[in-house]
Amino acid sequence: MAQAHAPQFKNPVVKWIDSRLPIFTMLDHEYNQYPMPRNVNYLWAFGAIAGIMLVIMIATGLVLAMQYAAHTTIAFDSVERIMRDVNYGWLLRYVHANGASMFFIAVYIHMFRGLYYGSYKAPREILWILGVLILLAMMATAFMGYVLPWGQMSFWGATVITNLFSAFPLVGDPIVTWLWGGFSVDNPTLNRFFALHFLLPFVLLGLVILHTAALHVSGSNNPLGIDAKGPQDTVPFNPYVTVKDGFAVVVFLIFYAAFVFFAPNYLGHPDNYIPANPLVTPAHIVPEWYFLPFYAILRAIPDKLGGVLAMFGAIAVLAALPWLDTSKVRSCKFRPIYRQFFWILAIDALVLGYAGAMPAEGVWLLVARIGTAYYFFHFLILLPLLGKLERPLPLPASICEPVLKGGGRVAAGAHAKPMEKA
Amino acid sequence: MAQTTHPPGTGGHAASGGEGASRRDFLYLATGAVGAIGVASAVWPFIDSMNPAADTLALASIDVDLAPVQEGQAITVTWRGKPVFVRHRTAKEIEEARTVNLGELRDPAADDARVKKPEWLIVVGICTHLGCVPLGQKPTDPRGDYDGWFCPCHGSHYDTAGRIRKGPAPANLVVPQYAFTSDTAVRLG
Repeated sequence: MAQAHAPQFKNPVVKWIDSRLPIFTMLDHEYNQYPMPRNVNYLWAFGAIAGIMLVIMIATGLVLAMQYAAHTTIAFDSVERIMRDVNYGWLLRYVHANGASMFFIAVYIHMFRGLYYGSYKAPREILWILGVLILLAMMATAFMGYVLPWGQMSFWGATVITNLFSAFPLVGDPIVTWLWGGFSVDNPTLNRFFALHFLLPFVLLGLVILHTAALHVSGSNNPLGIDAKGPQDTVPFNPYVTVKDGFAVVVFLIFYAAFVFFAPNYLGHPDNYIPANPLVTPAHIVPEWYFLPFYAILRAIPDKLGGVLAMFGAIAVLAALPWLDTSKVRSCKFRPIYRQFFWILAIDALVLGYAGAMPAEGVWLLVARIGTAYYFFHFLILLPLLGKLERPLPLPASICEPVLKGGGRVAAGAHAKPMEKA
Repeated sequence: MAQTTHPPGTGGHAASGGEGASRRDFLYLATGAVGAIGVASAVWPFIDSMNPAADTLALASIDVDLAPVQEGQAITVTWRGKPVFVRHRTAKEIEEARTVNLGELRDPAADDARVKKPEWLIVVGICTHLGCVPLGQKPTDPRGDYDGWFCPCHGSHYDTAGRIRKGPAPANLVVPQYAFTSDTAVRLG
């Protein structure tokens, strides 16, 4: 965008490099001058928080991989060695294990933020779809990471999830054998899961870079869901958003550290401290909490293939969201009816999560079925219809108008320096 | 949206000069210092995790029983992942090691300084040139021109006190830290 405003660097070395490879210009443009809507709230910090989580996961994962041994005979013991013998191994492992949960917390809040404020709507469809791909890559990475300690939940989680593919007619069984590299989850499976668990975070990183690149084309959405109309509607990324995101990151890290230091196994399952035994399945097998809503959908359908398709469909439907939601108004603030259904969907997701943690029988099966039905009803029927039936509230003329009354008046202080019109 | 651009620089510094500026400088420095300490303490566990772990350190010293080693024989034991040569020297070998003129040596060291008991020579079996394991432990091995060890990689000759005598190696075979726990037992490390 701002070629006319290429920054002048004083440092001769920076200047020399920048004229050959304009990384400093790019950084200045994307993280210094980059205009952010002035009304973004703290929910907009969760993208930055998720990014920090990815960095923490890659950093801790790298040093853990230096100590871990991907072989069924010693994998469990090598993890125990990390816990007991390796310097700070307990800390690095707990930071990594709880980090997966924190990453999902950040991403789920980030997604519901997008749902509430309509961040997936034009022109941000590709941005949103990249986000759905990031979620898929995260799920695959988290699943394979959970297999690596080779405890009981690792082994049986791997068995159950890989068996999902056996639901497909004809090709199902050969696919499962191929995934396993044998006739059950065994050493070849563990080996390839380790290789993929190392690779996928870098795929994830690539997707995050594309996600950010797409974001910086259209710019951030905001709580009003209307486009910024000029400099009076925005503030430069630095220092306003760097400080705001930085503060949110620190608060989130405190929450994260509370788990790491005071309840490191709260989000895990004690059965995973029992070494994998291919002859005994734990009585109550559940995935990690972040998979529970999808697990509930899987079990809600009384048909093997149907359950698998519904589970994958629950994510695929998100990718189609920009076209399923027919309303032109982005933010829930101006959609009185959709706003209520948004909260029902949020509660539905929590209920599905709870039902997923309960045994699949009696009332919980019924709850999971109702929750599953509502989930698809929301996306496939309600959203297309609401866009046509709902009468949105009047939108403000600009981002600063509701705050500053007079509309496009340039605020003092933040915009004391001269600037040009958009 | 967002065709907007802002002037270069961080923008929005209304206060400049006077008391405001020095207070701001202090805040910048204080924030930077706290941040640097935080980053350093966060990075340390990552670095330290790559140091030897507790189980590795637990294997850092070993006991060696010398009773079965007859005069003229040598054994190789593994200590901290390295071969250690333990040679039960004959009277002739001890004599050879003692009669050398120290002035001729590349890395001068008296035989007394390299052994705790004259009949037992204990050295790390790694050539000081580029890390190969010299030959000379088995009776059939070549022992070089000085009756000690011969490194096949680049032709270094060591004598019966493990001192470099000929070839490219710069220093004598290293004498590890050890102590006799009895007449026939020694603890390495």
